[in-house]
Amino acid sequence: MSRAALLVLADGRFPAGGHAHSGGVEAAVAAGTVRDPASLEAFCRGRLHTTGLTGAGLAAAAATGYDALALDEAADARTPAPALRRVARRLGRQMMRAARATWPSDGLDRLAHDRPQGAHQPVVLGAAARSAGLAPLEAAHAAAYEGVGGPATAAVRLLSLDPFHATAVLARLAGDLDHIADRAASAAARVAAEGTGVLPAASAPLLDLAAEQHAAWPVRLFAS
Amino acid sequence: MHLDHPVTAPQRHTYGAEPFHADGSRRALRVGLGGPVGSGKTATVAALCRALRTQLSIAVVTNDIYTREDAAFLRREAVLPPERITAVETGACPHTAIRDDISANLEAVEQLEESLPALDLILVESGGDNLTATFSRGLVDTQIFVIDVSSGDDIPRKGGPGITTADLLIVNKTDLAPYVGADLNTMATDAHKQRGDLPVVFTSLTAPDGIGQVAAWITGRLTAWQAGATS
Ligand SMILES: Nc1nc2c(ncn2[C@@H]2O[C@H](COP(=O)(O)OP(=O)(O)OP(=O)(O)O)[C@@H](O)[C@H]2O)c(=O)[nH]1
Ligand SMILES: [Mg+2]
Repeated sequence: MSRAALLVLADGRFPAGGHAHSGGVEAAVAAGTVRDPASLEAFCRGRLHTTGLTGAGLAAAAATGYDALALDEAADARTPAPALRRVARRLGRQMMRAARATWPSDGLDRLAHDRPQGAHQPVVLGAAARSAGLAPLEAAHAAAYEGVGGPATAAVRLLSLDPFHATAVLARLAGDLDHIADRAASAAARVAAEGTGVLPAASAPLLDLAAEQHAAWPVRLFAS
Repeated sequence: MHLDHPVTAPQRHTYGAEPFHADGSRRALRVGLGGPVGSGKTATVAALCRALRTQLSIAVVTNDIYTREDAAFLRREAVLPPERITAVETGACPHTAIRDDISANLEAVEQLEESLPALDLILVESGGDNLTATFSRGLVDTQIFVIDVSSGDDIPRKGGPGITTADLLIVNKTDLAPYVGADLNTMATDAHKQRGDLPVVFTSLTAPDGIGQVAAWITGRLTAWQAGATS
């Protein structure tokens, strides 16, 4: 197990397509609900405890080596908005490309073969973490962190927020991030015995609705 | 580092830069077009399509910054059938999408290659950016940087990776030079100083066959590519 591999995977520069996505922040900025560091923090905390937890659970489960196709179905069941399903599979494809180039493995090859149009991104992230020799808890950390890091970066671009303030928001979420990753990894540890039903299924209806609307905007900076 | 045979994992898209298809034939030549906002990248793409589409099978990927306007323009102008034009979204950062994280562009390119067999040429237009924006060698085989005379005739002197390293530098809108007081000789001298032996062409896309030299350069590159020389 290499802690440095986790830094590589969780680095915002990991070339897996995330930079073009705002995690719902672009729609939230337009709606006026994210407008300053405080509201960004509220947004990120909400996202972390809902879709963040769900994604972290899927990633951790994939990192245990559990059947990725079953997890992909579980991800579909936890992603009701068609726009977000499309985004998740597209980002999954992009993550797959980067992961196979950085940590090639039979497991990744198999998943790429079985899901040529892309598996859900958290599942691919978990499989990539496993390929990199990381533990399920570390995969959960990477997924959870990515779920708030992307929106924070997007908010800096969209609102010209002070980047120090945006980074301080992420630092203040560190305790929550640890907690969410722990919960995700505990659930993932039960999947082998009890099936995917034990994985978190928290969702954020407003994110779902806003994502559908955002996907129809004619002019936007971010793909989602 | 190629670990498995393409037949056992045909969807293996690890390295987009590999020059061959699974059947051993050469894939399409990928040409990147970068340069500052409004310098004439889309106009160059449109003119190239018009000049070359009868002899070559061409597709285009656009990278708009916050709209899909370039793709819409090319479709409206009908320079190619609509299924040959794809728009990539870049999240407010065009150079990231062509250099630091090329995954979305590679996807677009590969999708075109899969849906349009026997493509000869794929033109990838970057969103308008700054003088440091260059394409990754993992995304394109050769790149063109487009500047124009109206943003100041000192641009070639300023240099930057786009101007100094692009395989072809286009100085566009020469028809406007008299109106903006741009000295084309100075621009040419500075460009050659920055670029050594790398080629520079001056174009006016409003003139009949204004794209001629660029089309000839592309055809030459393509011939070398298809013959197997490294581009
Ligand atoms: N006079 C003149 N106008 C030109 C020429 N080439 C392009 N234009 C005009 O310049 C404007 C910008 O051209 P585009 O091709 O859209 O420029 P671009 O580099 O694609 O712009 P972005 O994608 O927004 O960065 C358009 O109005 C073109 O018609 C030229 O050679 N001469
Ligand atoms: Mg353009």
